[in-house]
Amino acid sequence: MSSPTPNHDDVVHSEPFLRSLMRRQLALSIACAATFLVALLGLPLLNYFAPAFMATRLAGFTLSWLILGVLFFPFVWIISYVFIKRSLRLEEAEVQDLHHVSQK
Amino acid sequence: MNLPLAFFGGVDPWIFTFSFITVAITLWMGFRSAKTSKTASDFFVAGRSVSVGWNASAISGEYLSAASFMGIAGMVMSSGYDALWYPVCYACGYLFLLLFIAGPLRRFGAYTIPDFAEGRFDSPMFRKIAVCFVLFIGFFYTMPQMKGAGVTLAYIFPGLPYWVGVVLVGAVITLNVALGGMKGITLVQAVQYWIKLFAITVPIFVLMAVVGFYNGQVGANLAYGETNASAANLNHATGIERKPLVAKAPADPAWIAPFGPLTTKAVNAAAAALPAEQRAAFLAEHQKPYSLVYTYSLIIALVCGTAGLPHILVRFYTNPDGVAAKKTTMWVMILIGVFYVFPPVFGVIGRNLMPELYSGVGAKGTDKVVLELPTLISAKYGVVGSILSGITCAGAFAAFMSTFSGLLVSMTGALAHDVYGRMLRPKSSSAERMVAFKLAAILIGGVAVTLGCFVEPLEINFMVGQAFAIAAASYFPLLFMSVWWRGMTMKGAATGMLTGGLCALGAAALTNLGTLALDKGPMGKIFAGFAPLNGYWAEHPLLRILCEQPAIWSVPLAITLMIVVSKATSAQVPADIRMKMLVLHAPEKLGLKQEYIQDHQAGAGH
Repeated sequence: MSSPTPNHDDVVHSEPFLRSLMRRQLALSIACAATFLVALLGLPLLNYFAPAFMATRLAGFTLSWLILGVLFFPFVWIISYVFIKRSLRLEEAEVQDLHHVSQK
Repeated sequence: MNLPLAFFGGVDPWIFTFSFITVAITLWMGFRSAKTSKTASDFFVAGRSVSVGWNASAISGEYLSAASFMGIAGMVMSSGYDALWYPVCYACGYLFLLLFIAGPLRRFGAYTIPDFAEGRFDSPMFRKIAVCFVLFIGFFYTMPQMKGAGVTLAYIFPGLPYWVGVVLVGAVITLNVALGGMKGITLVQAVQYWIKLFAITVPIFVLMAVVGFYNGQVGANLAYGETNASAANLNHATGIERKPLVAKAPADPAWIAPFGPLTTKAVNAAAAALPAEQRAAFLAEHQKPYSLVYTYSLIIALVCGTAGLPHILVRFYTNPDGVAAKKTTMWVMILIGVFYVFPPVFGVIGRNLMPELYSGVGAKGTDKVVLELPTLISAKYGVVGSILSGITCAGAFAAFMSTFSGLLVSMTGALAHDVYGRMLRPKSSSAERMVAFKLAAILIGGVAVTLGCFVEPLEINFMVGQAFAIAAASYFPLLFMSVWWRGMTMKGAATGMLTGGLCALGAAALTNLGTLALDKGPMGKIFAGFAPLNGYWAEHPLLRILCEQPAIWSVPLAITLMIVVSKATSAQVPADIRMKMLVLHAPEKLGLKQEYIQDHQAGAGH
C-alpha cells in the first residue's frame, strides 16, 4: 500500500478499537430495541391469551385500544430520548478515550 | 356538452377554496425555489445543509401521505382495532431507523441508497441492482397517493370520474417537480407537515366537542362479553349518539377487539367455501392463530419497512452530521406520533355517525371519511361544517401532493443521477443532467398516473403497507446487515436483497390482482382472469395471509440468504473493510471521513 497520507498503525485504526466501538454502540441499540420489541410483540400475545382482560374498559376505551391507540407513542418517544442521550455520551467517551491513549 | 358545468354543480365553495389555496401555495413555492436552485447538487439533496427543525418537519411532511391522512381513518372505520397497528408502526418504525441505521448511514456520506450500496461494496454493478428497488418501492407507494387524489377530487367535484382526478393531480405535481427539484421540496415539505397537522387536529377537536370525545365514541361500541344494557348505561353517561349500522359493517365486538375483519378475512373466506356444518369447527381451530400470524407479519413489514424507504432515507443525507441525523429522527418520531393519534378518531366517529359509507365502494367508500365527516355539524352550525371539510380536503391535498412529489424526486433522482448520469452517459455535462432530470420526472409521473387509474377498488392504507413490505424485505436487510456486519459481500447483499424484495413484490402484486378480480366495477372485468386465484386461496387461507403480508417470511429469507452467500464468498469482502466500518461507526470528531476519501482517491489513482 503506497498511500501517502495517514499512518494506519495508530490506535484509531487498530482492530480492538473498532471492535469495542461497534460493540458498545450495538449493545446500546440492542438494549433499546429489546425494550421496544417486548412491548410491540407482547401486545398481540396479550390480546391472544387474555382477551377478556384486554377488553377491560378504561374511560370508554378498551385497555388494548388505549395502549395501542394512545400510550404507545409516548413510550417510543421515551426510548428514543434515552437512546440519543446515551449514544451522544458514548461518542463523547470514545473521543475522550482516544485522546487519553494518544497522550500516553 | 355541458359536462364541465355538471362537475361544478354540486361544488361547495368553501371546500373548493381551501383546496385551491393549498394547491396554489404548493405550486408557488415550487416555482419560486426553482429560481434559486441552479446546480445539479442543489436538485438532488438540497445542497446538504438543512437544520434539524426544518429537516424533521420536511421528513414528516413527506412521510405523512394519503395513507396517513385518509387511509388510516378509512381503515379504522372499516376494520376497527387491527387497523391501529398501521399508525403505531408507521411512527415506531423510525425507532429502528434511529437505533441501527440513521447515524452510521449519514456518516458514510452518499447521496442515495444506491450510492451507499456502491460505496460500501466498491461495486458499480451493485448500484444498478439497488436502483431497481427505488423504482419498485416508489411505484407501489405512488399508487395509493394517486387513489387519494382521485377520491378527494371526486369528493370536491361530485360529478367527476375518479381517473380525471388522478390525471389532473399527477400532471400538476409532475410539472412542479420537473421545475422545482428537491430544494423547493424541502421547504414545501416542511410547510406541508404543519398544514397537515392543522388540518387533522382542528376539525377533529371541533367535531369531538360537538359529538363527543374519542373515548366515548370508542365506548359506544360493545366489547367482548358486554350486553346491550351495559352499553346503554355507558352511552347514557357519555351522551354519545349512534346511527344504526348498515348490513355491510362489521359487528361491534369484532370491530373493537383485536383479530377482527382485517386479519381474519382469509379464514372467513375459506370458511364460507366450506359446507355449513363444518364452518364453526374450522373457524374455532384456525381463525385466531392465523390472524395472529397476520398481525405479526404486518408489524414486521411496517417497522422494518420504515427503515428502508428510499424517499425518506435520502433526506438523512441533508443532515450536516450523524448527531444531527439522530436528533432529526427523534423529532420526526415526535412530530408524526402527535399526528397519528388523530386519524383513527375520524374512523371511530365515522362508524358511529356516518355508517352509510360502509355501503360505498371505491372513491365513495370509507377512504373518504376524513373529508366528509366534518359536514356532520353543518346541520347545527351551518357553514362551519363546510369550512372544516374544506380544511381536511386541503390537508388531503397536502398529503398526497407532498408524498407524491417526494417519491417523484427520489425516483427521478435514481433515473437521472444513477441510470443516466452513471450508467448511460457518465461524461454528460451538468446542463444535460438537468434536462435528463426533467424528462425523467415526466416519464415517471406518467407511469404513476397510469398505475393510479387502476387501483380505485383497493384500500389506500393497504397499498402503502405493501410498499413497506417490499422495502422491509429489500433495503432494510441491506442497510442493517451492511452497517453492522463486516463479513457482508456484494454477492451476499445482492442475492438477499433481490430474492427477498422480488418475492415480496410478487406476493403483493398477486394479492392486488386477486382483489381487483373481485371488483364489481370495470376493474373486475379487466382483471377477471385472476379470479381462480381467489378460489385457490379459499382452500389455503394461510397461503393467502402469507401472500397478503409477506414480511414474516421474506425478511428472514433475505437476511439468511445474505449470511449464507456472504459466508460462501467470504474471499470477496472489500479489502478496506475495517476503514469502511470505522467511517460508519466512529464519531465524526475523529475526522476519519476525510482520511477515507483521501485513501480512496489515492487508491483509485493506481
